[in-house]
Order: sequence, then C-alpha cells, then structure tokens
Amino acid sequence: MTNNLLPTGHEPIDKLDMIGIVKRFPGVLAADKIDFDVKSGEIHALLGENGAGKSTLMKMLYGLYHPDEGRILINGAETTISNPQDAIGHGIGMIHQHFMLVPSLTVAENIALGMKSSRGLRLDLDVVSRRVLELSEIYNLKVNPDLPIWQLAVGEQQRVEILRALYKGAALLILDEPTAVLTPQEVDGLFRILNQLADDGHALVFISHKLHEVLEISHRVTVLRDGRRVNSIPTSEATRPKLAEMMVGRPVLLEYEKNAADTRDDRLALDGVSALSNRGTVGLDKVSLRLRGGEIVGVAGVSGNGQQELAQCITGLREATAGKVVVDGVDVTNAPPARLNAMGLSYIPEERMIDGVIKEFSVAENYVLQDHGHPKFTTAKIFMLFRVIREACRQAIKTYEIKTPGTETLVKSLSGGNIQKLVLARELSRAPGVLIAAQPTRGVDIGATEYIHQRLLDERDNGTAILLISEDLDEIRALSDRILVMYEGQIVGEVENVDVDIERLGLLMTGGG
Amino acid sequence: MELDAIFTASVFASAIRLATPYIFAALGETFAQRSGVLNLGVDGMMLMGAFTGFYAVFITQQEGTLSEPLSLLFGVLIALIVGGLMGLAMAFVSVTLQAKQGISGIGVYLFGLGLSELLFQQWVGTPKSVSGFPRITFPILSDIPVLGEIFFHHNLLVYVAFALVPISAFVLNRTTFGLMIRAVGQNPEAADAMGVSVARVRYATTTIGGMLAGLAGASLSIALINLFQQNLTAGQGFIAVALVYFGGWRPWAVAAGAMLFSFVNALQLQIKVIGLDIPSEFAVMAPYVITIIALVFASKRQEQPTALTKPYERGE
Repeated sequence: MTNNLLPTGHEPIDKLDMIGIVKRFPGVLAADKIDFDVKSGEIHALLGENGAGKSTLMKMLYGLYHPDEGRILINGAETTISNPQDAIGHGIGMIHQHFMLVPSLTVAENIALGMKSSRGLRLDLDVVSRRVLELSEIYNLKVNPDLPIWQLAVGEQQRVEILRALYKGAALLILDEPTAVLTPQEVDGLFRILNQLADDGHALVFISHKLHEVLEISHRVTVLRDGRRVNSIPTSEATRPKLAEMMVGRPVLLEYEKNAADTRDDRLALDGVSALSNRGTVGLDKVSLRLRGGEIVGVAGVSGNGQQELAQCITGLREATAGKVVVDGVDVTNAPPARLNAMGLSYIPEERMIDGVIKEFSVAENYVLQDHGHPKFTTAKIFMLFRVIREACRQAIKTYEIKTPGTETLVKSLSGGNIQKLVLARELSRAPGVLIAAQPTRGVDIGATEYIHQRLLDERDNGTAILLISEDLDEIRALSDRILVMYEGQIVGEVENVDVDIERLGLLMTGGG
Repeated sequence: MELDAIFTASVFASAIRLATPYIFAALGETFAQRSGVLNLGVDGMMLMGAFTGFYAVFITQQEGTLSEPLSLLFGVLIALIVGGLMGLAMAFVSVTLQAKQGISGIGVYLFGLGLSELLFQQWVGTPKSVSGFPRITFPILSDIPVLGEIFFHHNLLVYVAFALVPISAFVLNRTTFGLMIRAVGQNPEAADAMGVSVARVRYATTTIGGMLAGLAGASLSIALINLFQQNLTAGQGFIAVALVYFGGWRPWAVAAGAMLFSFVNALQLQIKVIGLDIPSEFAVMAPYVITIIALVFASKRQEQPTALTKPYERGE
C-alpha cells in the first residue's frame, strides 16, 4: 500500500466500519444499533434532525464518547478508540461545529497544542510553522501560522482546523455541520477543499441537516432519525423531498405557496438609526428602512454585522445613539419595551433560551410572561388567575401544535422546536401589528420550521408587518417579499425577492457588492 | 522637603525584600489562574507554609539535629510540601468535585488560618524566633555604593523569587506545558479535543501554586521576619491574588506590580520612621488604595483566561 500514500505522507484508511453501535444516555437511547461505513476517496453525508444522533455517533468514532455496544473496524481490524488521542493516532480527525481553537493563541500554537515537541519540553513553533506552510501549499489552504486565531475570519479559522487535522495525519475527516457559520462564498471554498481531499484519497464524513448541501457535496447519504439509521443511499438516487421525508418520517413541504403581497400602510420606519455594539464599536450605522403591513422584509447577512443591534434598537433593548424609530407614526426611539408591546410590537428574539423564555418556569408562566398584568389574566392587576392562564395556554398548545406533557411542564425540558413554537404562540397571541423575528428557526427541526414558516406567511397575509432577520439564505428567500443585506452595521443592498442571484447576495453579505 | 530622607537606598532595598513573598505567591497564582483555577486560598496556604517551615527550622535548630543551613533548607522543603498538599486539596475540590472556586478558596483560607494558629499554640505557644536565611554578600558587587546596598545585600530566597520571574515567563510562553496551561485556561474544550488532559494540567498548576504559596509563607517566617505568630501574613495572599489581575496574568507585569506595591509599603514604613506629619493610618492604607485604583484601570487583556473559575466537564 506504500504506493498510494496520502499527500501528507500518511497511510489512507481504505474502509472504516461501525457495526451495531448503541449509546445510552440517562433516559435517552442516543444511538440504537447504527451501522455506518466510509471509504477512502468518498464523501459520506450523515443527515438528520437535531438530536437524531449524528454528532453522538461521530463523537464515538473520535473517542469523546464510548459506545455501550457495537464494534469499530479500521481496514477490517477491530479497534477500540478510548480518547481523541487514540483517534488521532488511528488517522481520524474531527472538525467540530464550534471550533476547537484557543482564540489568544497563534495558528502554530494551536496546532502544536497536545503534540510532542521535537525539542522535548521546549516548544518548536518554527518547525510547526514550516510544516504548516508546506501543507497549506499542497492543499491550497492559505493561512499565516503566526497570527492569533481571534484575528482570523471564520472561514480562515475553519481552514486552520482542517490543516491541523491533516498535520496530525488525518486520513479520515469528520466535519460536524461545517457550513453553519460560513458565507456562501466560504461554503464554495470549503466544498472545493473537500472535493480535493476526497480525490487525494481521504475519507470524509459530512454531518449536516441541510438538504441541498448534502445533495451537492456527497457521494452517499445516510439518514438518521431518533437514534436509528433510516437508510443509506447513493446521492445520485436522492432528491430533496425524499431526503426530507426520510429525516422527518412524513412528507414535508419545502416550497411554500405564497400569495401576492397585499401591502398596506407603513407600520415601522427607521431613519438613520445608529447604535453601539457590545464591544463599544459601531454596531449599527445610520440604518433606514420602511416596513409595511402585509409584507415580510428579510434582513440577510453574516452573523455579527449589526442584525442583533438592529433588532434590539427596534424593540427598545438597546439604546439608539442617533436617528429615529417610528411605529405607526409615533416616534418611539428608545421607548421602553413595555410601551412598544402595548403598541402592538412583538419580538421573537434570536437567543430564545436567554431572551425568549425563562427556562426554569413552566409553559403557562412563560406563556403570560408579557401579559401577566393583562385584565383578563388578573384580578385588580395583582392576583393572577391561574385557571384562566392555564386555559389560554392549553388553547395555544393545541393551536400551535406544541408538544408538551402539559401547561405545568418546565420549559427547559421541551425541545428547541417546541420552545420556539411557544414563543411564537405568545407573540402572535397579542395580534401584533409589527413582528420582529430574529433567527426564528435556528436550531429548530424541519417539521417545526415548516410550521413556523407557514404561520409567519399567514400573519403576513393577515396584514402584519414582519421583519425577518436570518442568516439562513434559504429561509430569507422562501419567505421574504423584499431582501435587505446588512454588512458592518449598514444596509448595503436591497433587492425584490424575484429570481434573486444568490451569488450577488453572497457578495453583498461580504462587503463585495 | 525631606525627599533625601525618604528615598534612601535602604527604602529601595527593603522594597525588594518585602516583594519576595508577593512574588512567590503571585507567580504561583498566575499559573493556577492561567489554567482556569481561581485559588483564593493563597493566604491560608502561605500561613501553613509559614508555620510548618518555621516549626521545622525551630525544632531542628533547638535540638541541634541539623546544621543551620540544612535546617533552613529542611524548612523550605517542608513549606513546599505542605503548600503543595494544600494546593492538591484545592485542586481536588475545584477540579474533581467541581465546587465553586470562590467559596472553596475562602474555605481553604480559613482552614489554613485556623490550623496554623492551633498548631502554633499547641506546639510553640509564644512567639519565638529562629535564625533565618542570612544575608549574602558578594565580593566587589556588594561594595558598590548605593547599588550594592539596594541589590546585593539580600538573603537567598529574595534572589530565588526574582529568578523565578523569567523562569515562569519562559515556562508559560516557550514550553509545551505552558502552551497546555494557556489553552486549558482559555478553551478547555479545545484542549480536551486535542488530547490535553484538562484535569491533569489544572491539578499541576494548582499544586505548583500551592507550593509557591507555601514558599511565600516560609520566606516571611524563616527569611524576612524569622518568627511565627498568629495570622503572620495579614492578608498578603489576597494582595497576591489581586496582583495577578493587576499584572494581566503575565509574570513580568505581576512581579512589577509586586515591586510597586512593596515600594509604597517600604515608603510608608520610612515615613513612619522619620516621623513625617502624615497620619500613619493613611500611610498604611496607601498600598491597598493604590492597588485598588490600579485594578480599576487595568484593561481587559487578551491573556485573560476566559475559563477562569469555570469547572470543565466533557459533554454536550
């Protein structure tokens, strides 16, 4: 086999098999007799909803978890992987969803971490740097080994992760949701790298819940649902609806029927609004926009370009340092949230677990978080009428198809999708005139996403003005009537949502418009 | 003004001497904090190191079992071991049992305070002195006017403390162990994924911190003051913790902070000696006030261990 070494000089993994893998966590069967295999030169996609067991399965391959049952064979030989070092020793590398990099350390230091130095106790960063440059030459992965991680863009950080795995001799690379944080251009770059790696004889596992990416990049797809393997098929035989059905267990609507927008009066207007970011830098830079009843305006952009500041300025949670926010003709710049609520402004916050719910409270308590003082829920504005509250909550649970054992269940024990439905139910129960929805389906499974999207479209048809802030371009394109693009705190482009050129959107998002 | 009378060579020399326990303790704390463990028990560890080191010297000198130099080295060894054991206990509580570090540190402090006092009363009774580390003089160097008095008339532990500053900086910045410490303190998940044992690194740094705290205590009881009494350190361990923040977790800056603090302290003593008309209470407060002011203005740094006080547990 010496004649077909990888370009790094390491032995390839011709075939890796996981057979009958079982993993139990307290109260959950996270992996239920899963079979999985991947070959040299292949990109094998592992597809499934959140909690389907994808990451758990791969963490067992990387030695972070240990299977309760089942076997792992590398090139036909049974292998035990007890920790990440073992995995690295066997030529297995993993690119985690949250990068495993230390921000204050340089690229070279991050790569040297945990490795033997050629100088014993002393670091050999110059040796590491030279090898990094060599590898970046071979794989066309440009990085400067002497820069600290915090100075790198997200896409570059990912390249460092990949380089590090290659440096350590990875023949098999596991990529856990690698596109989640990337711009469209960066995704293209990543896919080029992955294809090259496969061509060179690496084996790749691509974990994702995004159907179009799986269809684009992989050779084979394995779908997991509730800890079980649903099926493995060649990607050439897969279609979006087919994969979605395998993931969810029932047919799923992927395209929405949208009525023509019936736009009405201006409901929300921003005029030159500026604000500081948490770090004290310019977060929002003279943003102006109009939002009319009966339309959904999408705000696209890479995370951290002012979207959060925008939502918070409108909802009264961040001080606007300049400009005006007008709701229904009334100047409400820096008005307290309670007043905005009373004016019919609803907000689905980005961080639902932090800003959306109190997770130690019950479903019913969270349902009346804002309206606890409403006359229909209290006597004399003091004594809460829990019977009425519970009844209203039960109605909402039914209407919004929230899966919960009851109104008294603590919110922290619900799934992400159901928590988001609860937030949606609460915000829509007040029949808002203006709805600010920030990342409404992030981390939410396909079934709940479909439901939430449908409700947002219904609200629009009922005349609500909706500002949809999302990093998910598919979501923006599926729902919006108009699309605004944010970059470095400014709105750098506006396009009508008909035949949008996704390349152009991507360019605008990275400041290249 | 009597500036000449205030800024004498002996003030500078005593500033260097007074800095010794702070440098030991603060460097040790730097290691612990860089790896993510906030050890608030430093003062208790210093007290235990101070008492046990003192007692080892006291007994061996009194009974004549060891020669004077050997008895002093024996005292240092005991202080290192006792400090190290207390560091190990702190590591067990905060790393293995994942207790809240602020509270467990205060627990360790009170334990050290109480036990050192109890043992002192049981075994020694009234304050007694020992002959501690003698001043070393160097040929030629010690005879240089002014500079000789400031730099070359100190005992061994003073030089050891200052030598530890570049050594600590080297270990943190230039060795694989230092890299692991910095990684574990900033992003333990990443370190774990790269095969670095977070627990082992934190045990090591907290134990090193404990040993240096023990040594800091001994430097008081067998090198600077040469006796032990109840609460000998009078909160110096807490100042050492503050100095680590003050120095932004970098050994050189931490040592510079210790020097600044000690200098103000020495000045305060001198002002008292020459009887200037400043209420002595103000002078005693000055070092602490200056430390607090400096801490308020110390900016947030890249070196700040973001995982400080956070126990690490692998999992989802």
